[in-house]
Amino acid sequence: MNEDNINSFQRSSLWHDAFRRLRRRKFAMVCFWIVAGYFALAVFVYIAESIDPTMSAINWKEQLGQGMEYQRPSLCSVKTIFGTNFLGQSTLISTLYGVKTALAVAFAASVISIMIGVPLGAAAGYFGGVVDDIVVWIYSTLSNIPWIILVMAFAVVLNDDKIMGGKLSGEPGVYLAIGLTSWVGICRLIRGEIIKRKESEYVLAAKAVGCSNSRIIFRHLLPNVFHIIIINFSLRFVSFIHMEVIISFLGLGDANKPSWGKMISAASSELTRGIWWEMTAATMAIFVLSLALNIFGDALRDCLDPKLRMER
Amino acid sequence: MPAYIIRRLLYMIPIVFGVLLLTFLLFNVVGADQAVYRLAGNNPTPEILDDIRHELGYDKPLIFSIDSQFVTHVKKAVTFNFGKALDKEPIIDKLKNGVPYSLALTVPMFFGIVVTSVSLAILAAFYRGTWFDRIILLICVAGMSFPYLSYIIFGQYFIAYKYDLFQIYFSPQRSIWSNAALPILIGIVVGIGGNVRFYRTVMLDEINSGYIRTAFAKGLSTRVVLFKHLLKNAMIPIITNTVLTLPYLCLGSLLLESFFGIPGIGGITLDAIESRDFSVISTMTFIFSILFVIFNLISDVCYAFADPRISFD
Repeated sequence: MNEDNINSFQRSSLWHDAFRRLRRRKFAMVCFWIVAGYFALAVFVYIAESIDPTMSAINWKEQLGQGMEYQRPSLCSVKTIFGTNFLGQSTLISTLYGVKTALAVAFAASVISIMIGVPLGAAAGYFGGVVDDIVVWIYSTLSNIPWIILVMAFAVVLNDDKIMGGKLSGEPGVYLAIGLTSWVGICRLIRGEIIKRKESEYVLAAKAVGCSNSRIIFRHLLPNVFHIIIINFSLRFVSFIHMEVIISFLGLGDANKPSWGKMISAASSELTRGIWWEMTAATMAIFVLSLALNIFGDALRDCLDPKLRMER
Repeated sequence: MPAYIIRRLLYMIPIVFGVLLLTFLLFNVVGADQAVYRLAGNNPTPEILDDIRHELGYDKPLIFSIDSQFVTHVKKAVTFNFGKALDKEPIIDKLKNGVPYSLALTVPMFFGIVVTSVSLAILAAFYRGTWFDRIILLICVAGMSFPYLSYIIFGQYFIAYKYDLFQIYFSPQRSIWSNAALPILIGIVVGIGGNVRFYRTVMLDEINSGYIRTAFAKGLSTRVVLFKHLLKNAMIPIITNTVLTLPYLCLGSLLLESFFGIPGIGGITLDAIESRDFSVISTMTFIFSILFVIFNLISDVCYAFADPRISFD
């Protein structure tokens, strides 16, 4: 599967080798476990919500104390460690719920962008000609519209819209907007890689034994560029999370569920009254997750493909 | 050279057409019903809906006709006559009023980002492997991870409100510079992170090469080597990357303008998103992408000046 086999007496694949190198980087592994913790939390919130939405650990609607008022952060109970918002709802639980919102959106957006970008890039690179021209035209059009405007335009249109009978609002609108606009980078990368590799011997051999085009692309070419997809995915994930925050901050996300952007939007006007904890909690949640993802993504890139230069 | 520029200008035509097609699909095909229902208010009768459709031109055929929606859409864009916003002000007037403010914000921000991050990157590359390099890298990654909104909100709160160093909010009486100082500063801080990291890798590629060693060996000062020899050779990736930073500037101007109340085109766009004014958003998408295409062209032309080896055949 790769050239490393020649140099190594042990049987080791690209992935095996990469993970061995990755495990040696202690700091990157710490970051990996932080990210894994976030994901575990998101899965927990998702499962808990589908079993019982009023479960005490995830019930962000519950009012603590009497009346609707702010409570300062205090160590009296777990739920008020980060204080409460103006309705007396726990900031901690909103923040934890925000993990699920952010990760669900970022994950769905990544899946959509890979589902569009990879096949288009592969087809453009492999077939060339008219197919290539059309794909290049589409992505250079998209890449010439500043991303932020494009995402917002999509999010505005996809918000509260009826498409083919079904009503689209909240989360699906957000991840569709991000996913449909962000496949350009991966498409361009894959196209370049496929063009580089389609003349190689193993493709020729596959052609000679009569493999169909789709088999050559999906069984022979794509597995060889898979690490590029993973690297791109891990580095892109952070920007998806930040994008989700901005979109929900602008009120284009799901209005009925907590998200970090909504927390920031609610807290930003209260900062002058000395209500600092809600803003800080959301900021720190985003900061720790993105920092861990950034560092882990960089380490993963170095381990999987030392030759690949940082593109941004 | 002129032939190259003309060819690049011709190459813009399909891109601009694509942008028009996309905004048309988004706002006239997918979003049309939404716009109509939003204007119609609660419980609209079918007659009211038809009236609004007629007024907005949504009752015309989509593509295949002389006065079809698509033809009108293209005509509007080509003649720069974008029609009126929801508040009845012509969009072109809004644009004309907004552009100076946006430029006053983005141009200093752009140069600030490029100059600071290139200098920092050169220093980091020169002191590669030392604590200085590592701290710069760590700050950059941390800076990239901090959410954009928090930069703006905390910056506005601490720097302008608590310590009263800058203006908190736009006011037309003051000069534009005193209004824009803090947003520019925040924009630069946000922009540095990713750029320093990128430029550092570029510089590292160059700094290990032979001509740098030669320059040091013949006794040139560090300043001359770094800023004349190294910088000139690293210019091409820098030019490419500055174009890549433009969308981020765009984002910066959007959010910064709305937080600091600066009446530029970014602020107008966000207002339009809030009020779901499709014609304004569609126009802004078009304008921003035209600007982007032009900047791309400029950067390609700049290649010629940076690298005499590049030919334009």
